[in-house]
Amino acid sequence: MDEQKNQYRKALRVQPVERLTQTQVKSIHDASVKLLAETGIKCAGEKAAGVYRNAGCSVSEINDGKQKLWQILFPEELLKKALNSVPSKVVLGARDPQNTLCLDAHVPAVYFGTGSESNIYLRSKIEEFSTADGRNTLQYPVYEEEQGSIAALCESARLIDHLEHADFFIRNINIQDEAINLKNKDVNVFFNSFVNTGKHVQGGLVDPEALPAVISLAKIIAGEQPHLPLSFIVCPIRSPLFMVDDSSEKVILIAREKIPMVISSSPQGGVTAPIQEEGIIMQINAEILAGVALAQFASPGAPVLYGSVPTRAQLDTLQDCYGTAEFIHYAAGCAQMARFYGIPCYSSAGVGDVKRPGIQAMAEKVYSYKGVAAAGAHYIHYSFGLLDGTNIFSPLQAVLDNASIALVKDILRVPDYEDAQIEAAIGEITKAAKGSGMFTRGVRKQARRGVVSNTYEFVTDGEEDQVFTQAQAKLDACLADDANTLPEEVIGRVYKEIPGLLNNVTGGLS
Amino acid sequence: MNKDELLNALENSIIMGHLDADDEGYDGTMEGTPGTLEYTEQALEEGVEPQKILELFGRAMEEVGKLFETDEYNLPDMLASAECVGEAMDILEPKLQAGSSSQKGKFLIATVKGDLHDIGKNIVATMIKGAGYQVKDLGIDVPAGDILQSIRDFKPDFVGLSALLTTTMIEMEQVVKMIKDEGFSDIKVFIGGAPTSKKFATKIGADYYCRDVMDAIHILEKLREAS
Repeated sequence: MDEQKNQYRKALRVQPVERLTQTQVKSIHDASVKLLAETGIKCAGEKAAGVYRNAGCSVSEINDGKQKLWQILFPEELLKKALNSVPSKVVLGARDPQNTLCLDAHVPAVYFGTGSESNIYLRSKIEEFSTADGRNTLQYPVYEEEQGSIAALCESARLIDHLEHADFFIRNINIQDEAINLKNKDVNVFFNSFVNTGKHVQGGLVDPEALPAVISLAKIIAGEQPHLPLSFIVCPIRSPLFMVDDSSEKVILIAREKIPMVISSSPQGGVTAPIQEEGIIMQINAEILAGVALAQFASPGAPVLYGSVPTRAQLDTLQDCYGTAEFIHYAAGCAQMARFYGIPCYSSAGVGDVKRPGIQAMAEKVYSYKGVAAAGAHYIHYSFGLLDGTNIFSPLQAVLDNASIALVKDILRVPDYEDAQIEAAIGEITKAAKGSGMFTRGVRKQARRGVVSNTYEFVTDGEEDQVFTQAQAKLDACLADDANTLPEEVIGRVYKEIPGLLNNVTGGLS
Repeated sequence: MNKDELLNALENSIIMGHLDADDEGYDGTMEGTPGTLEYTEQALEEGVEPQKILELFGRAMEEVGKLFETDEYNLPDMLASAECVGEAMDILEPKLQAGSSSQKGKFLIATVKGDLHDIGKNIVATMIKGAGYQVKDLGIDVPAGDILQSIRDFKPDFVGLSALLTTTMIEMEQVVKMIKDEGFSDIKVFIGGAPTSKKFATKIGADYYCRDVMDAIHILEKLREAS
């Protein structure tokens, strides 16, 4: 297919806010290179150690008395060579071709999507409450926690398919159905996602042996399309600076298939990385570079994303904490580092520390969307429905998040005017000043130009805040509409050719 | 273009808020083509009855109202159509038989003395004119005496008073009192503006409080239906 003719899903173009100066970026780079050259990483993967050795890294066995480990040291020139082979542009296909995403490291354009693999699915419905004297009533959501399941995954995918500002779907639910095991989990996750959304689907790979089946599945779904509708997230690093065995093997396998892959690291400032910005960014940068280098050494030109998911520790529990300024500072710094290397950036925003939707969640989420998107991260995951850190996925919250992201997109819209617009505005002001004094006629033209923002989605004319009731109504409508699904013949073919699928597709089929 | 086609084009140009050939219309494609003003003049030149054109204006604005109610149009879109009718009325009015243009009623509007705000008042004036009422706009910072004199001269069915400042609400109260004291009790007085309210309207003896322009239009239509 001619790439020039491709129509990609529209991204949010931003003018990146540079939190770090170029000198600071260079300092972080130098520090990461120094870490990798002098301290290096410990690697538990024999295959990964072999790839590093063949590429020219210094690889020496460490005997810690428990497991086989290798210390990998990276000469700077070798690291440079690896970085030079990383494609700066990654295209992520989708079942519905108009949802194909284009991530170009040199173009600050942002996509938002789901993320994590939450254990809890939070169902909601609206109930009416009244004061003891019955004079005042209030409609408010009530919730029920449910263990993650295929049904919840299907509902989530269907919801994301409907949400206007959700650009991609990362499997968001940890499916814990009785019949699911490590061998069949991957095909069931991807297939149930494909059935329910025409957007790009991304997930982890639990079992490396499932990779061929997952790729075959994606090829059936893609049909004639040039880009597969799936990609992978692999986190080969356990911070600080430790590469785990099975994940490093997955990096190698996926890289050799040339399927797009996020190489992620998720250190926690204050526990598994320094809490101060410069410390955690230099560490995560070194960790991601080590993973990127592994992919490139295994398969030069393998499409990868710079997977930065740094968090900060909650100081009273030492659990992940998302509602802090540091969370945004870290992510913004990483987005700059990715840009420095010319690698598309996978980042995170929009996680509520609170367990239920409400004002706290809204505050925590909105400022992180704005901060991280403004930094020019290309592919922002965690953006829909996450509460209690990443432990809960609330579909109601996802609908609310969709509305918040709409506002953030408008806020970050890049000013777009040239001489012609300046001249037109002079004419408009002159005409109105001489005539009616009103500019209402010009509003339509500017709306067509895309520079007139919408108001918040869930506004009300009355005195009562009806955000929850309106959002729940939208959620119910989205979930009731399962029309966008796979054709029956495709589903039939999938069941015939792909092993391990449970016979209980719950989305899109009766 | 025969007469039917011409009238259809005129109706469509109003619905599309297409004022004249310099204006691009609702969908941005109409610049350089005749708009409401050109079609109105052409219709008159070709001998179309002015009364028929007036009725067409009403039908077109009714359609625009429906588009607004169904959220297809925003208020600026509706205002653009109202502006088309308002300006076309200036062409049509001299051709109409005496009294026909104001068959829906005469509306006198002003921002009271001490208040220089005119945006809200202008929007209301434009919309009401577009809805087929004969409108006299006295402007801003208008003393009570001038308003009373205009009532005597213009003989309106309705008077609209606007104020945006809490300080000028007192002036509004004075004007309403003077209108009633002068014996114009059959004139319905509308008030509007940010600091005003239904409660305030009742307190000062105004007949109607209008939350916004659409509120004013709805009240006028209800009054027409009732009569």
